[in-house]
Amino acid sequence: MATVTLKPTKVPELMFEGYSITPDAFAGKTPAQIADLPGHEGKIVMKLGDFFEVTGNAGDTAADTNIVINGDCTRVKYIGARMTAGSVTVNGNTDMYLGGWMKGGKIHVKGNVDSFCGIQMQGGELVVDGDAKNHVGCAYRGDWRGMKGGTIRIKGSAGNDIGTFMLGGTIIIEKDAFIHVSTHAEGGTVIIKGDVEGRVGGQMVKGDMYVLGKIKFMMPGYQKVGTVEKEVDGTKATFDHYIGDLGERHPKSKGEIIYANLYLKAAA
Amino acid sequence: MPKLIKGVGCPYCGSSCDDIEVLVSDDETKILEVHNACIIGTNLFHHANDATRPKLPRMRQPDGSMKEIPYDEAIDWMAKTMLKAKKPLIYGFGSTNCEGMSAVGRIAEKSGAVLDNCATICHGPSFLAIFDNGYPSCTLGEAKNRADVVVFWGCNPMHAHPRHTSRYSIFPRGYFTQKGQMQRTVLCIDPRETDTAKLADHHLMLDQGHDYELFDAFRTVLRGFEIPETVAGIPREKIKESVEIMKKAKFCMIFFGMGCTHTDGRNHNIDHAISLTRDLNNHTKCSIMAMRGHYNIAGPGQVWSWQFGFPYCIDLSKGSHAHMNPGETSSVDLAMRDEVDCFVNVGTDAGAHFPIQAVQHLKKHPFITIDPNFCMASEIADLHIPVRIAGVDEPGVVYRMDNVPIQFRAVIKGLPGVPSDEELFDRVYERMCELTNTQPIWLAAKEHRKYPHNPVVS
Repeated sequence: MATVTLKPTKVPELMFEGYSITPDAFAGKTPAQIADLPGHEGKIVMKLGDFFEVTGNAGDTAADTNIVINGDCTRVKYIGARMTAGSVTVNGNTDMYLGGWMKGGKIHVKGNVDSFCGIQMQGGELVVDGDAKNHVGCAYRGDWRGMKGGTIRIKGSAGNDIGTFMLGGTIIIEKDAFIHVSTHAEGGTVIIKGDVEGRVGGQMVKGDMYVLGKIKFMMPGYQKVGTVEKEVDGTKATFDHYIGDLGERHPKSKGEIIYANLYLKAAA
Repeated sequence: MPKLIKGVGCPYCGSSCDDIEVLVSDDETKILEVHNACIIGTNLFHHANDATRPKLPRMRQPDGSMKEIPYDEAIDWMAKTMLKAKKPLIYGFGSTNCEGMSAVGRIAEKSGAVLDNCATICHGPSFLAIFDNGYPSCTLGEAKNRADVVVFWGCNPMHAHPRHTSRYSIFPRGYFTQKGQMQRTVLCIDPRETDTAKLADHHLMLDQGHDYELFDAFRTVLRGFEIPETVAGIPREKIKESVEIMKKAKFCMIFFGMGCTHTDGRNHNIDHAISLTRDLNNHTKCSIMAMRGHYNIAGPGQVWSWQFGFPYCIDLSKGSHAHMNPGETSSVDLAMRDEVDCFVNVGTDAGAHFPIQAVQHLKKHPFITIDPNFCMASEIADLHIPVRIAGVDEPGVVYRMDNVPIQFRAVIKGLPGVPSDEELFDRVYERMCELTNTQPIWLAAKEHRKYPHNPVVS
């Protein structure tokens, strides 16, 4: 495994679109070639070298390439977007589209991320130590095929629109979330360990949601059907099992209607 | 002798009334009387008589004052400023004609700008919901002729669209609705007791920001399931009664406004409303329509969708393709995140409508306002270029809130020397081409174009 280290040297005036910062783009390149990779700042095509100091060598393939960014990338978008293998570690914050459309590999951000992280994700692992803003693992506007696979773990809290139009994969929010969890989802699992304001599973067709904290405003389309014992991400607890969204269409499988499941941790 | 012009379109709200009559002076320079329009529309026409209307561009001087400059100088400055900027933002177009919107597309492409319209702070979320869930809509004529149950969700046409209720939704006698208001049941869903709510047969005064839950309750009831005792502050029985009214309608019409698009959830509220409309069509006929604000705010959606594939928030900075993702490429977000370095405000007032922090960010960079009148955006601008008033002294195509195109006419002669939006943008485009040593591309199809007068079409 070879490691390429990027050190931010300059804060972009506008936002820098760092779509070249992926193991796939870096693979097989020398530091000079990496510094020459393009990225947009507005309509101007800049180079990675304009904003980063590049050291270390890339591996022959994306899978052999690790990228470490030592510094703040609050104004850098698209880090690790569309990556298929390898790893990206950011010792700082990042802007939008972190790991968007990613298919494999691992991203670890030690700070906070902005909106649209893991948008349309298909595989791989995305870990954020801080908070995420809105649209974690959601679908692109107008696309009914959202996140299909992989795992997103946000160790802080997240905003609204988590897993919209989700079809598969897992999203774990370790603290609180605001509104709209798994809206329109037809699969996948969302685990929220803190509290949620509301709108959990609105218009949801299939899939599972676990809430270990409280839901302030429950969707009226959910009905309690029982109590179950479950182990969720290392926590064993008793959950109230709700099905829904009863206002939405639902498919049939083997003669039975399939509903989305909401498991809300039972009050002690 | 004064001339009475009939069949005039009103350049105020999304109802785009086209039955206005205007009495103009002999020499067609003054508006004397306006018939049929609401008080706001009437005043809009009379504004054109204002002798203090700006007739020349005004440029901000180093001492902070504004100085009148010739049009050529203003066009040159605007072209140079936009070409120099890394990412200019062009915003507005609520109150201008489609010809202007089409012409600005060329400037936006040339300067790698973000093209956005007032929908971004208005019905933009409706577009997102339409992308996600479709738009089972109709024209206002159908609402007038067929609708016997009318639902106003989060909108207040009595104030925002003053003639909407009398022309299309509550009072008019249509083909199947010959008893007018007597035949119509009106539901109003609004957290406030608005004048529309006072007019309604049923007012559901929900808790502010809980429209999504209430839509869900409506749909759950419609599918025959039980709901909690109260949802969003509305008792279960009231919800069931309302659903029953909508179900038993011959034609149910849902109008929605800012109360849905700009409370928490935004596009999801509309998304759910569209799903409710679809569900209701299992029982009866139901249709849904956005209460668009300005007389031609549906226009940029139509024009730019045709030109670029997206209705608003269009990022053209790549030069190769358009990118659209509100939250990132929407005007207020771009401003708040300091992502643009030049701002062009056209036919709207960003100075009055944007959050103050957004305006503060925009003011760090060149700020250009193109507007026939003085407004807050013109007073804080570095350059204010006056143009003609579309629908008053400039004709053009506009799209009504139901996306029906209407040809608006000019009722008076424009101020001498003042160009239309279209002409101004074409001149800026031509100057940009001169500055970049490129050949302008004009459309051969437009024989009646105003500028350039005799285009060499390649």
